[in-house]
Amino acid sequence: MTKKSKLIERLAPWIAVAALVLVWEATVRLFNVPSFIFPSALETAQALVTYAGPIGKHSWQTFWTTLIGFGLGVAVGLVLGFIIGSSRFLYNACYPLLVGFNAIPKVAFVPILVVWFGIGSVPAILTAFLICFFPIVVNVATGLATLEPEMEDVLRVLGARRMDVLLKVGLPRSLPYFFASLKVAITLAFVGTVVSETVASNQGIGYLMMSAGSQMRMGLVFAGLLVISAMAMVMYELFALLEKRMTGWAHRGQDR
Amino acid sequence: MSAAFVTFDNVSLAYDGSGNAIEDINLNIHEGEFVAFVGPSGCGKSTFMKLCTGLHAPTAGAIQVDGLPVTGPLKVSGMAFQNANLLPWRTTLDNVLLPLEIVKPYRHQFRKRREEFKGWARTLLKTVGLAEYEDKYPWQLSGGMQQRASICRALIHQPRLLMLDEPFGALDAFTREELWCVLRDLWDVQRFTVVLVTHDLREAAFLADTVYVMSRRPGRVIEKRNITLPRPRALETTYQKPFIDLVQSLRAQIGDVRST
Repeated sequence: MTKKSKLIERLAPWIAVAALVLVWEATVRLFNVPSFIFPSALETAQALVTYAGPIGKHSWQTFWTTLIGFGLGVAVGLVLGFIIGSSRFLYNACYPLLVGFNAIPKVAFVPILVVWFGIGSVPAILTAFLICFFPIVVNVATGLATLEPEMEDVLRVLGARRMDVLLKVGLPRSLPYFFASLKVAITLAFVGTVVSETVASNQGIGYLMMSAGSQMRMGLVFAGLLVISAMAMVMYELFALLEKRMTGWAHRGQDR
Repeated sequence: MSAAFVTFDNVSLAYDGSGNAIEDINLNIHEGEFVAFVGPSGCGKSTFMKLCTGLHAPTAGAIQVDGLPVTGPLKVSGMAFQNANLLPWRTTLDNVLLPLEIVKPYRHQFRKRREEFKGWARTLLKTVGLAEYEDKYPWQLSGGMQQRASICRALIHQPRLLMLDEPFGALDAFTREELWCVLRDLWDVQRFTVVLVTHDLREAAFLADTVYVMSRRPGRVIEKRNITLPRPRALETTYQKPFIDLVQSLRAQIGDVRST
């Protein structure tokens, strides 16, 4: 019985996807929605196959710009989070600033970035970076800042310097927070790239969808949507796996 | 007994405007002495620990350890708290090794002498009965086992001063008595100086050479009692008349403290 219920649990996400596709197809057919408004699942799939070449090219563009932006976000996020989290003063000083910065819709940066760097990959990379570094900074800083004072005392009576405490306890302790934030950050990075591409690029999935939309080829637009979400999902799962691998100690008790 | 190892000279500490947390503490602790502090909760026992280890500076008076005034965190002490505070990403063995990665001169020899250090840790773990658990993670250990490991961690760098802040407070009665004996045996062999803060009078009387009774806030030492029970003390003695009388008279004192 447990074997069977486990199998069902594993299949559940796929069943949900299949159900969604069915509802989609059925709704479109039932209400006879014209395909230039809302294409059916079948039409979207057809578009996916027909335009596989251009979709592949453009999604590759989106993929690597996102990864570069994400990589920048991780690097800057880690360093900034470490600095802010290691000092109460900096934490208090910079936190409101970061929150304020995060509240700005990142699409508002795109025109500025275009003025500075022109149209193309650079604004996309930078938008992805701008949108995804915030959760990393916050999580790393929080992980460091919430160190138990008793643990700190244990080390300080040994003559530990501030840096010892941070490296031996603070950093490992904030790793689960860090990996959790990577999952969020990678999906946000995709958002950043695509937003920038729709406004200021002539390549990438965002651009593809924009131009397909202007030609009323909605099948292709929806195919683009699917590809983005598929890429984001794969990356999310990858980082979820990495998180489990690296910080298994923080997820004890949850039956894998 | 040798000259005083820890000296408190008219020490007071006020955290902020709310008055002294502890007041006019005068005492001498000899090297190798086992000292226990008992008192009602909130009497500044933990404050005393922080002063003694240099984590806090007194607002008045002077503290000397090993003949030198205490100016910053001491480097000759080990510490264990009510919570074991083991690092969940390290195995028991690695947790015990942690101080050696920090304390001078071991920290610079850690890579070279790693195997030797591991041997020390294993010996300690064996004496507290954790020999088979060195590769387990803290969350795989029971509370009592975690506390044993925590005591090993406090002792691995052979500190001259061991500070214990209610280390057995969160354990059940049986485990607690078991760990008393573990601590007694460790101390018997190594004879480090111990400052034990506790609210358990039996614990204090069973383990210590000297028991200090503290008053309610602001904490003052109101009684210094030498425990003359012969050593080695067996756990059974705690159920015999002289011991019970001793605990009762200590208890009476704490009672007086509370009612005044």
